[in-house]
Amino acid sequence: MTDRTGAEPPRAPLLTGPAARSVAWQALMLAAIVWLLWAAIDNAARNMRARGIPTDFDFWNRTAGFDINKTLVPFSAANSTYGDAFVVGLLNTLMVAVCGIVFATVLGFIIGIARLSKNWIVASLAGGYVEIIRNTPLLLQLLFWYNAVLTPLPGPRQSIALPGGAWVNNRGLFLPDPQFGPGSGYVLLTLVVGVVATLVLRSVSRRKRLQTGRGLPVLWPSLTLVVGAPLAVFLMLGAPLTWSYPELRGFNFAGGLRVFPEFVALLLGLSLYTAAFIAEIVRAGITAVSRGQTEAASALGLRPGLTMRLIVVPQALRVIIPPLTNQYLNLTKNSSLAVFIGYPDLVQVFAGTVLNQTGAAVQVISITMAVYLVISLVTSALMNLYNRRIALQER
Amino acid sequence: MKFLAGTLAAVAAFSFGAITPALAQNPANASKTLEQVKARGVLACGSNPGLAGFGIPDEKGVWTGLDVDLCRAIAAAIFNDPNKVRFVPLTAKDRFTALQSGEIDVLSRNGTWTKLRETELGLLWTGVNYYDGQGFMVRKKLNVNSALELSGASICVQQGTTTELNLADFFRTNNMKYEGIAFATSAEAVKAYDAGRCDAYTTDASGLYGERLRLVNPDEHVILPEVISKEPLGPTVRQGDDQWFNLVKWVHFAKLNAEELGVTRANVDERLKSTNPEIRRLLGVEGDFGKPMGLTPDWAYRVIKHVGNYGEVFHRNVGDGSRLKIRRGLNNLWNKGGIMYAPPIR
Repeated sequence: MTDRTGAEPPRAPLLTGPAARSVAWQALMLAAIVWLLWAAIDNAARNMRARGIPTDFDFWNRTAGFDINKTLVPFSAANSTYGDAFVVGLLNTLMVAVCGIVFATVLGFIIGIARLSKNWIVASLAGGYVEIIRNTPLLLQLLFWYNAVLTPLPGPRQSIALPGGAWVNNRGLFLPDPQFGPGSGYVLLTLVVGVVATLVLRSVSRRKRLQTGRGLPVLWPSLTLVVGAPLAVFLMLGAPLTWSYPELRGFNFAGGLRVFPEFVALLLGLSLYTAAFIAEIVRAGITAVSRGQTEAASALGLRPGLTMRLIVVPQALRVIIPPLTNQYLNLTKNSSLAVFIGYPDLVQVFAGTVLNQTGAAVQVISITMAVYLVISLVTSALMNLYNRRIALQER
Repeated sequence: MKFLAGTLAAVAAFSFGAITPALAQNPANASKTLEQVKARGVLACGSNPGLAGFGIPDEKGVWTGLDVDLCRAIAAAIFNDPNKVRFVPLTAKDRFTALQSGEIDVLSRNGTWTKLRETELGLLWTGVNYYDGQGFMVRKKLNVNSALELSGASICVQQGTTTELNLADFFRTNNMKYEGIAFATSAEAVKAYDAGRCDAYTTDASGLYGERLRLVNPDEHVILPEVISKEPLGPTVRQGDDQWFNLVKWVHFAKLNAEELGVTRANVDERLKSTNPEIRRLLGVEGDFGKPMGLTPDWAYRVIKHVGNYGEVFHRNVGDGSRLKIRRGLNNLWNKGGIMYAPPIR
């Protein structure tokens, strides 16, 4: 159907043109998907109701009745709820993910740069590392590290003493725990002020260098601000800090700070595994920077280290950041393998124990999936922000 | 455009295909498990992935164990062939979901009968085929003689079991502290215990005997005398299919009745000529007790002929005829000092 009138130029008909058709098809498609989802959810809910399986979230506030060995917030079988168990699991997941991302990034950058080294031994070692780690399953590596951490260590009664009152055995690493006395807040405040002042000083110095070619002295003033001033305040207040030392009591050490072998094994496994992938991304990024850039930098008399830091890496980052984000997401999601080595992460505590105690499989799994989705979306949002900042500014 | 239309058609086809059979499994018309099993020609049985004496594949890959033999008995009653069973190994975490979703017909996997599991998971226990209780295993050199001396100990435990809760209860009741380390499978938990990560390993006492055999030096470990919980273990079915529920329940009762009446695998053919009315009813010589369950009159004869009575199954898998050497104790017949008691077949 057309509705051309008079001498106006021919227009695509509103209802039957390609645009309209494609909108119609897409709407139909969307409707089909929505219907499919609704049918699936409705079917599940109906079947669950018919079998007497609860479909609500009442379990959230019920008493948990089980214990978790490693918690960042207080938790006890008698006084905590399944909701609290969720928080404990989530925090444990976040902790291992954040630590893992930091270690994997540092190690990945070092290995990636080492692979490009002109030194044959360094390059081959880095290459061998990447190939071995990337081509074996992560779960096996986790089990390997767990056994590698546990096996050589003695039981609590034969613990190895470390300098400074620390102990290590197959129950973990026991460190003296700092106990902050009154007035410690002032020390912290001085430290924060020192860090902020240093950042301001650096930025002023940078601007001055760009204008005049000569910056301000930065190193010594920074050290004074960040280390000297807080130390002076600390001493002036009479050193308000004591240590709580771990002691062998009964089966194990009590007191002090404790690093669990499960955490160490998981962190090692995840960081080493992801670092191999990051190394390849870094290598690709650096290779992508045109060779002319390095040559131009050395023609200007920049030393190789400076060339890397000031010329190559900033340009390579534009290639590195997007795939790096993927690796961060992978590391976070892979942390759910923790259950195999007894680390109480979200999947172990919530999608494992809580699911079993309550039987609320659909609810618990949905919440767990939503949590991983949110963590992933937040991570990629942050990385995208950073990516936009370092992206090529076309002028 | 063609692509879109095609996709749309595929989506529609998929959704109809996917949803129609799911709706057909509604419990309202779900008293069909037996028909499904017969049509499939094989019983889908959820089993333990590896627990000596209860459900574990042997060197040749043949499943053996007390729980496994219950599934074989059900298959024998239906098909007259104890091998028409497909065993689905399930972790503690997945077992109930697999049963709820219809992936398996019966779960025979040392599962503890609890109130919550029956009333909130839509499941039914058909009875108890092993009365168990939770215990602890420790190294001999720790010189611990009682579970009450375990305050402050690290304890390895399998996740997603009643064991985890009993452990917390026991230490709470006795005002003791502990550190529990939960693993996804019992194999991982035992390995960590063996590596020295934990002072004690806890699970049902029957499991402790089986797991001890897997340790590097079984003789260096001792099972503490305390039993800290009631663990009635038994086969589980979905709610809403009374015929199937009865079938699974009575296969177990038939094994108990056979032991009580002295009918064994070896003498079952000869006992067909028995004049004892109870034996005649059990073996289907008199009356037809199979038909109401959808089975043939000789259903119990088949069970005993192929699998044996409860005493034989116990002896072979966990008793003196096995490496576990567990005593009958509570699992003896009611008239021999235990609490195994089956209603009469009549």
